[in-house]
Amino acid sequence: MSILCDENTRLLVQGLGRMGQFHANLSLEYGTRVVGGVAPGKGGQEIGGLPVFDTVTQATKATGANASVIFVPPPGAADAILEAADAGLDLAVCITEGIPTLDMLRAKSALAGCSMRLVGPNCPGVVTPEQCRIGIMPAQITRPGPVGVVSRSGTLTYEAVDQLSRLGIGQSTCLGIGGDQIIGTTFVDALALFEADPETKAVVMIGEIGGSAEETAAEFVQSEMKTPVVAFIAGQNAPPGKRMGHAGAIIAGGKGRASDKIAALEAAGVAVSPSPATIGKTLAEHVPSLAS
Amino acid sequence: MNVHEYQAKEVLREFGIAVPEGRVATTPAEAEDAARALGTGVVVVKAQVHAGGRGKAGGVKLAKSPAEAKEVASEILGMTLHTPQTPPEGKLVRKVYVEAGSEIADELYLAVVVDRAAEKLAVIASTEGGMEIEEVAEKTPEKIVTETVDGNIGIQAYQIRKIGFALGLGFEQVKQLDGLLGGLFRLFNEKDASIAEINPLVITKGGDLVALDAKINFDDNALYRHEDIAKLRDPDEEDERERAAHEIDLAYVGLDGNIGCMVNGAGLAMATLDMIQFCGGSPANFLDAGGGADKEKVKEAFKLILRDENVKAILVNIFGGIVRCDLIAEGVVAAAEELGVEVPLVVRLQGTKAPEGRAILAESDLNITPAETLQEAGERAVAAVAGGA
Repeated sequence: MSILCDENTRLLVQGLGRMGQFHANLSLEYGTRVVGGVAPGKGGQEIGGLPVFDTVTQATKATGANASVIFVPPPGAADAILEAADAGLDLAVCITEGIPTLDMLRAKSALAGCSMRLVGPNCPGVVTPEQCRIGIMPAQITRPGPVGVVSRSGTLTYEAVDQLSRLGIGQSTCLGIGGDQIIGTTFVDALALFEADPETKAVVMIGEIGGSAEETAAEFVQSEMKTPVVAFIAGQNAPPGKRMGHAGAIIAGGKGRASDKIAALEAAGVAVSPSPATIGKTLAEHVPSLAS
Repeated sequence: MNVHEYQAKEVLREFGIAVPEGRVATTPAEAEDAARALGTGVVVVKAQVHAGGRGKAGGVKLAKSPAEAKEVASEILGMTLHTPQTPPEGKLVRKVYVEAGSEIADELYLAVVVDRAAEKLAVIASTEGGMEIEEVAEKTPEKIVTETVDGNIGIQAYQIRKIGFALGLGFEQVKQLDGLLGGLFRLFNEKDASIAEINPLVITKGGDLVALDAKINFDDNALYRHEDIAKLRDPDEEDERERAAHEIDLAYVGLDGNIGCMVNGAGLAMATLDMIQFCGGSPANFLDAGGGADKEKVKEAFKLILRDENVKAILVNIFGGIVRCDLIAEGVVAAAEELGVEVPLVVRLQGTKAPEGRAILAESDLNITPAETLQEAGERAVAAVAGGA
């Protein structure tokens, strides 16, 4: 089992620029069922072996797609998300970095009450090992297994997955939720999905400074989860008031500090890895039944 | 993007929000002329730097005549202002804002912000104007009123009444607040602000609401659609290296240690700083080379890192997803040769094309210490600095 995507996922690609095409191809090679692309004005063409449509609705009708990955540049990205929702897809994963915050605020508000799940934006995507790759992750470092991985960061997700795989611990699904201030799927949403998945036996959660999503997640772990959770918080030594790359990663007015997040998680029974190099090891120690 | 008080007030004025009359001056003589032109007798001369807490630091002074305005302007212009919000070296004052004095009866606090947790906009208001809102929140949280606002529906009249009456305003002032908050929300939405703070919002002796000080931040990601706002950028107010990094599309934050870092991805870059400190070292910078890092970008990143004289070693930590490690390796070799890098280099390559990348480094004549894991990378970088000391 897995969350969000599996071998039955039928994926569309919205935005077929250089990056969209490149990653559509890698996903196809990985065995993902990429069924079509959407590029307004290019309907009827074929790009990189994919049939192209003018609208998501047309593409969905013709291909039976149920998910979409969005590579549309920032000015049109929020519109692309809402178009995916309008077409009745179950899942949209938005990779685009740099979407204006107010565009996302309005889009998120418009998605309330709609059945589509959004992952991202500004995220690396979702991989269910050996079944489905949505986005830009290097899927070759994953291996199938019982651990769910959820992270705000891209490359740090790879680091954690790599540590697990090297210890012989596989993953159910690896998911990057994105580094922006306003995102579709939150830590709590992802943790709830992993908790409901019978095959996920433990979760690795990778947070970072800024905002209060990790504290909210800690409350959820304590009150709602039986599955053990291991965490790491990046940015323990970041200076206040500076944006550390991600729009969301800023310590403002004494809030969003790593130390507060770590304390909240530990109080909720989460094993927090002190160093970024011991995420896999911390899991192996905390949940010995998973270590091979 | 942050702007100066005088620029923020121009934007407020554009949206119908009352602000005192004022003029910018870059010399004492200009300040004198400005005070004379305002013709109000008392003026306030205010240092224009991107930092709060200017008053307590001596950056805001009253003057009762144009001659006195000239005198205080000569004190403020050219001074290095140290406030809790300035960097350790302080901020040089290059401009002052000469503003008509106001007859103040009361001071309030009013701000519109993005509430991440609620995923909505929020109004924060308080009767404790003129104080840092963080301090009010800590000491007297009961004096803060907040109201969340749906991004699509916008602020409603009843919400403004709730805020106004909670602040103890009379009905006439609540009506004024309605116009003011309406304008502030239009500004926020139309110009893609990320924070719009009026502190203090004063009630004059005549009963009018006037924005006496203002701080507006704008969303960098939305500047492409606001040419007028983008023009307000003041390069003098930005860290020079951070600006240079921004121009070549790298995210850079200067720190005070001695291990220069080049990493791909913000999360891994932060974790690399953590790793170095965990191993007992001290990082010189945060640098996210981004997803499109190639040979040219690696070279630019090296140049930037080496501009910091404290750098005694460089740690390159790349986990290739989109980024190809072989291209990074070529960049590292080219940069080290062309720039004549003399400090020790520790390079860790993982992910896409990592074996090819490692081979390129091994074949070069450069003295590069390879590392396999994040732990090794941190340890070897710290050891390299210790060995060179």
